[in-house]
Amino acid sequence: MAEATKQRADKERVIKIVAQRFSYTPNEIVLKKGQTVILEFTSLDFVHGLKIPDLDIRVDLPPGKITKVRITPEKAGVYDFLCDNFCGAGHEEMGGHIIARD
Amino acid sequence: MINRRDFMRLAAVGGGAVFVSGLGRPVLAAGGAGTTAPGYDEFFFVQLSDMHWGYQGPANPDAANTLKKAVATVNALEIQPDFIIFTGDLTHTTDDPKERRTRLAGFREIVSELKVKNVRYIPGEHDASLDNGAAYKEFFGQTHYSFDHKGVHFVVVDNVSDPGASIGEAQLDWLKADLAKQGKDAPIVVFTHRPLFDLAPKWDWATRDGAKAIALLMPYQNLTVFYGHIHQEHHHKTGHIAHHSAKSLIFPLPAPGSQDKRTPLAWDPAMPGLGFREVEAEVKEAHYKITEFPVTKA
Repeated sequence: MAEATKQRADKERVIKIVAQRFSYTPNEIVLKKGQTVILEFTSLDFVHGLKIPDLDIRVDLPPGKITKVRITPEKAGVYDFLCDNFCGAGHEEMGGHIIARD
Repeated sequence: MINRRDFMRLAAVGGGAVFVSGLGRPVLAAGGAGTTAPGYDEFFFVQLSDMHWGYQGPANPDAANTLKKAVATVNALEIQPDFIIFTGDLTHTTDDPKERRTRLAGFREIVSELKVKNVRYIPGEHDASLDNGAAYKEFFGQTHYSFDHKGVHFVVVDNVSDPGASIGEAQLDWLKADLAKQGKDAPIVVFTHRPLFDLAPKWDWATRDGAKAIALLMPYQNLTVFYGHIHQEHHHKTGHIAHHSAKSLIFPLPAPGSQDKRTPLAWDPAMPGLGFREVEAEVKEAHYKITEFPVTKA
């Protein structure tokens, strides 16, 4: 069981994302529906929020540590994500898209 | 007190009137069971929202003048309201605490020209989220409070001092206790900045623990919510509770979901997307007749 878990984890794609006022880089993540991806967030300057409403995910991104978010969008489509901790002028523009393809 | 004919003439001048019905149920007002509020059938208040004093940018090239024009327009109303309330984002956000206080002072100076001196304020995230409301409190006092006016109980809920847009358990406990002093049929108005319900979560148009707040409001049959944040008029019901957002006095924002990002709409010097509202509170019926006004005075 432990070996199967390790093998499954080895296959999961990791995408590193930097959060800073007022952007995520990259801010467009493309994957296949049903695929599991680990988003590794590093925040440079603020406890930004990460919210993915259509996946019912929200976490804080404290600076100085890596925050990992595992996602598996089951349906094809565009899943918006945004910063939901007000971080200043430009907060309203801080967001991106996860695009799950067939 | 204004009569119906004068009210309808006002509505025509204002360019937009919305009749908002409460439950239509007779309300036992503050005087206790079997009595009516002493002599008060109706009164007016004015809601202004999202002034963003200090903003500079293409979304409103006339930002230095818009608030002053709004004050002049309110002062020119044929019917002056009993009180005026500003529902948040009095100032535009800045990282500099000194500049934040300069903007709060500047805003206060401009609105001191209002003829009506009974003026209430609530913070928006631009005013309060970066310092948990510290500067705002220096100028305008508590960020959540309640007051009574002519038989209606008004409650201000702060969903912005926390940058994560949570009201928080302590304030929710306060809200519950404050409401508990009211009868379940009492006319109650809640003012807040952000929508308490999930209007557009992808655009951060929500309150993180708003569902808890709404659950506390639901037992009250004649409760209405007025809020701001979204820079447009919007009307929604959660069960029997109506929520009315106000236009801004800086720049309009797009309708939820109408475009990818919630970036301001293009500037129009005629300012069709800006305005404020006068609300006629009909105490016994707990009806709130809303008249939207554009900014028209120079």
